[in-house]
Amino acid sequence: MSDMTLRQWLLTDAPSSRRHARLSSFYKGWLNLRSNTMAMVGLGILVALVLAAIFAPWLAPHDPFAQDLGNRLAPLGTPGHVLGTDSLGRDILSRLIYGSRITLYIVALVALLAPVAGLLVGTVAGYTGGIVDAVLMRITDIFLAFPRLVLALAFVAALGAGIENAVLAISLTAWPPYARIARAETLTIRSADYISAVRLQGAGPIRIITRHIWPLCISSLIVRVTLDMAGIILAAAGLGFLGLGAQPPSPEWGAMISEGRRFILDHWWVATMPGLAIFTVSLAFNLLGDGLRDVLDPKDEGK
Amino acid sequence: MANVDRTDRRRLRAPLSPWFRGTVTTLGSVAITMLGLLFVTFLIGRVMPIDPVLAIVGERASQETYDAVYEQLGLDKPLLVQFGYYLWDVLQGDFGDSLLNARPVSEDIARVFPATLELATLGTILGVVLGVPLGVIAAVKRGSWIDQIARVVALVGYSMPIFWLGLMGLLVFYGILGWVGGPGRLDIFYEDIVPTRTGMILIDSAIAGEWAVFRNAFSHIVLPASLLGYYSLAYISRMTRSFMLEQLSAEYVTTARVKGMSERAVIWGHAFRNIRVQLITVIALSYAQLLEGSVLTEIIFSWPGIGSYITTALLSADMNAVLGGTVVVGLIFVCLNILSDLLYRFLDPRAK
Repeated sequence: MSDMTLRQWLLTDAPSSRRHARLSSFYKGWLNLRSNTMAMVGLGILVALVLAAIFAPWLAPHDPFAQDLGNRLAPLGTPGHVLGTDSLGRDILSRLIYGSRITLYIVALVALLAPVAGLLVGTVAGYTGGIVDAVLMRITDIFLAFPRLVLALAFVAALGAGIENAVLAISLTAWPPYARIARAETLTIRSADYISAVRLQGAGPIRIITRHIWPLCISSLIVRVTLDMAGIILAAAGLGFLGLGAQPPSPEWGAMISEGRRFILDHWWVATMPGLAIFTVSLAFNLLGDGLRDVLDPKDEGK
Repeated sequence: MANVDRTDRRRLRAPLSPWFRGTVTTLGSVAITMLGLLFVTFLIGRVMPIDPVLAIVGERASQETYDAVYEQLGLDKPLLVQFGYYLWDVLQGDFGDSLLNARPVSEDIARVFPATLELATLGTILGVVLGVPLGVIAAVKRGSWIDQIARVVALVGYSMPIFWLGLMGLLVFYGILGWVGGPGRLDIFYEDIVPTRTGMILIDSAIAGEWAVFRNAFSHIVLPASLLGYYSLAYISRMTRSFMLEQLSAEYVTTARVKGMSERAVIWGHAFRNIRVQLITVIALSYAQLLEGSVLTEIIFSWPGIGSYITTALLSADMNAVLGGTVVVGLIFVCLNILSDLLYRFLDPRAK
């Protein structure tokens, strides 16, 4: 052990403890992911986004809310305003940097809410079976049958516009696929020998679901969540664009496009820059999701 | 020959009953799904913070007027009874009156829907005509530059906000280059020339022989339809590619090649033949998505379709219109899904 490097320790074929095995498989997955250039590009962009969100006050050259009506609609490359200013003279670069906080906030909340709800519904339905399964899956189908954006629109209309309600509306439309995946995984796991063994030891259904089924559903859910992130960002931006998400003067990217739309023909950069930001981030999630799928879920490779 | 034919037919008829049962089960679950869909929309309508009575009578109405309208709308009844009334109305195609213009919502929807249909249909046609060959070629020449291009095209399509791409399209092709018509379906001096038959201007003007109107309508629809077509292409080409890859690695393809069949016959005559059924499902799905996904596109291009209708209604708190629109879009979505499911059962011999 003493003359073994950390790398060798991680790559061993004979792990000495449970933690060792877990770290080792994690490290091998990471090496696998690292060899995928596009996935690393995606990860790099996302890390940059997180850093931008954390250090926004230091990175942003101006206050994102400070208006300067004398200097409105300044073009790209204006000294002091690299990406120009919007219709109220606010610095677009600063607003984009602060907007990354809102994007991350929405993404994080939806990524917490929707998969957890789906996991709960899917595993309970799959493990219990019978009438519970039938009812839960029928409800899932009903939500799947709705066109997502239209349902989110109707929900936001019912709940009122705002970021939190947009998150709720997107989550309500996003959970059914997770429930489907979790149920499918549960059905294959349910009849495995080790589950019977655990049951013979006296474990109740709650313990079996939370301790023995959930951990095995996680990896396919993570892949799905990462691939869905792009869609979630686009949906949030769409709601913001319609004026149903984040409210002005908040620098949400979709709402910024909506503001810039009025001047699109004469002052194109106002709407273009936030659009590029949305595109970059959702592209990054797609690239990372593709890479993760190859690492965590090799059976789907090439699809 | 005739004998073989008869036994074949008998063999086909025998397992028809489970197939029939499968179809009935599908239709039954569809009925439940639709009921659930209506119930969810109904609930959304009930929890809306907008007071439907106030929207009709206005702020300064007396308490008596308010109560009368409250009762008239059936809001004093229990929730399930209200849902029963709602269901009964919807089954008769009645979504109530628009709170804004007091016209039946169903009439409004019938008026705006052809615009959406025209746009989504043209978009799907573009997506199929370009996406299917692209997917097939990408699969056949796996790893080549054309496969890489197909990959990038799809990736960008999945990552680009549609409303932003629409704005950029307007900026470049309308604002700078002037190649296409601007927002709306027609320039103002071409409006009301062609009598409305189908509601789809391209078809109406062609029937009437008004080719100037046709050209103008085409210059307006080409950009939004290409935009939707691009999204449909991204999805269809990816799916086509993965279906084709599956077939091309099958043994019968190797056999056909060993037999000395031309590559073209192997690809189009053998492999492609076998993915047609799957493709129909994908195309139906993509069509359904375009019908709903056109909400944002319609707003960018001031296209007077159902997406614009729902959004406008939403911003002016016209509850009946919002719910009516949502239900119609949802029902179409469900119907297209079932249709593709039934087609799949009907066309794929393995499903029988």
